[in-house]
Amino acid sequence: MGRYFAIRIGRAALTIVLVVTFAFVVLRLSGDPALMILGPEAPPEVLAAFRKAWGLDDPIWFQYLDYFGAIAKGELGRSMRDGRPAIELVLERIPATLALTLPAFAFKVALGIPAGIYAALHRGSAIDRAVMIAAVAGFTVPSFVLALLLVLVFAVQLGWLPSGGQESWRHAILPIATLGLGGAAVLARFTRSAMLEVLGQPYIRTASAKGVPWRKVVTSHALPNAAIPTVTILGFMVGTLIAGAVVVESVFAWPGVGRLLVVAVANRDLAVVQCILLLVALTMVTSNLIVDFLYGFLDPRLRAKGAHA
Amino acid sequence: MPPLVSIHDLRVAFNGVQVLRGIDVSLQKGEALGLVGESGSGKSVTWLAALGLLPRHAQVTGSVRLDGREILGAPAAELDQVRGGRVAMIFQDPASALNPVLTVRRQLCEALVLHRDLSGDALKAEARRLLDLVGIPDAARRLEAYPHEFSGGQVQRIMIAMALAGNPDLLVADEPTTALDATIQAQILELLSTVRREMGMAMVLISHDLGVVAENCDRVAVMYAGRIVEEARSNQLFADPVHPYAQGLIGALPPLDGPRRRLTAIPGTVPDPANMPSGCAFAPRCALATEPCGLAAPSLAPIAEDRSVACIRAEASRRALLGVAAE
Repeated sequence: MGRYFAIRIGRAALTIVLVVTFAFVVLRLSGDPALMILGPEAPPEVLAAFRKAWGLDDPIWFQYLDYFGAIAKGELGRSMRDGRPAIELVLERIPATLALTLPAFAFKVALGIPAGIYAALHRGSAIDRAVMIAAVAGFTVPSFVLALLLVLVFAVQLGWLPSGGQESWRHAILPIATLGLGGAAVLARFTRSAMLEVLGQPYIRTASAKGVPWRKVVTSHALPNAAIPTVTILGFMVGTLIAGAVVVESVFAWPGVGRLLVVAVANRDLAVVQCILLLVALTMVTSNLIVDFLYGFLDPRLRAKGAHA
Repeated sequence: MPPLVSIHDLRVAFNGVQVLRGIDVSLQKGEALGLVGESGSGKSVTWLAALGLLPRHAQVTGSVRLDGREILGAPAAELDQVRGGRVAMIFQDPASALNPVLTVRRQLCEALVLHRDLSGDALKAEARRLLDLVGIPDAARRLEAYPHEFSGGQVQRIMIAMALAGNPDLLVADEPTTALDATIQAQILELLSTVRREMGMAMVLISHDLGVVAENCDRVAVMYAGRIVEEARSNQLFADPVHPYAQGLIGALPPLDGPRRRLTAIPGTVPDPANMPSGCAFAPRCALATEPCGLAAPSLAPIAEDRSVACIRAEASRRALLGVAAE
């Protein structure tokens, strides 16, 4: 068991190093921040001074080592735009993003999982077909299209809800619905197929042959098995809590991490972008670790494998 | 004596395709009945249908009586009492027949709680006793293990323990040894016949292995394409099969003693259920088939005491067999 997690934590650390390296290289190669921030008309000596101040004239491997050294000391750099620590800029946006993504996550789980289970148990029924059509629509329609559609109906036509901004809880409804509907669709489809797979297994028939009432066959035999694949997709959704709302925040002018990322990328505000990417990688990797841990908890076969591996 | 179970004109169709085409069979208390036939002949479907274990889209008609009481189409609550309580079933592939995420104790105790109303220490003691009974060593500790921690033979023993948990009157064993090694097969069959004797339980042994059935059953029904084509006492059937299909099955077995002879194979293949020949389903493969065989499917008719066959050429078939034997 300990080894199982030691291996996974090692892999997680490696993933984070790779993400940070990748972000570092791509951002350094994709344009000169001095030019982006000061503009092409800036005098050459100003540009040079800017580059010197931010260490941009050092060789790239030196910047890279410097950057890692700083991260190791917990320093994530300062924004090139206003000089504030990047981490501060990012952290102050997180509550706004979580205000959308957490309720959306709850919505996905509350709608998607029961819908998927119900559809699987009533396979071929009208409700099953309706759930499947809604699910396919839900994850083929891109979130910005869904967002615009919701704005058109509920803000423009009906005038019930505001179309953007962050003044009150009413402003959060449409962005949450946009995030939640798409996610619920994915989750419903996933849960349904996981349930169908499990319901076709011989041990379900064994349970029925033992005289276990159908309701209990579903709750104590089918659901614990169907939970194993479903946890994978849930873990992925937890991983996107921080930066999964980039598009939706942009459409609804919601001042969260996603909007900050878009602006920072446009400005080549390196420290801020790197800081967000690091945070995203950390949440992704953490949620993956949690999923691995849950697998071990849900599936005794994996526990045994981990112990012997 | 009234039969324990009597099945009458049981028919099953999946999406309009008939796979079971009128089964009549009955079983006395304590009796062991073998059900033989090729894959797809309807051996398992017969008992899954009788216990209401087929998927919902299966259309099941006919009658299944347990102690005279109709159970086909009975309410779910009543069927749940029958299943595992009066009629238990074990299946072919032990590896996938137990729930992988639940301990053996939970799965075993589930049946004990449902049918014996046990709890607390009595429940634990009975679970241990059952594992002991089926020959799982160190039962107290092994109860806490998960199915993947047991070998195939051990899992089948656990399945048997679970089946015995409700003190059933009938155990339906659906190919219980097919997925196991030959040595383990013998042990499991031995175990089945021991517990059957001790508990006075009737048994239906579904198998495509004629030898297994011959050794373990009082009576045998041979199935072909969704029908029973011959039914007889085991020793009679193996000594003197009447239906050409039963003859074919037995002719394909090498004799253990006597002169060596050429094994016969049955030509052709089992007909597709969606595309059944009119008349006798075996006629296209039968050396004795005549024109009337293609007209109407023969029904199972008694030809002697304890013996019925569904073949209009039964007499000719019998003579042909004797002729072959005299050669």
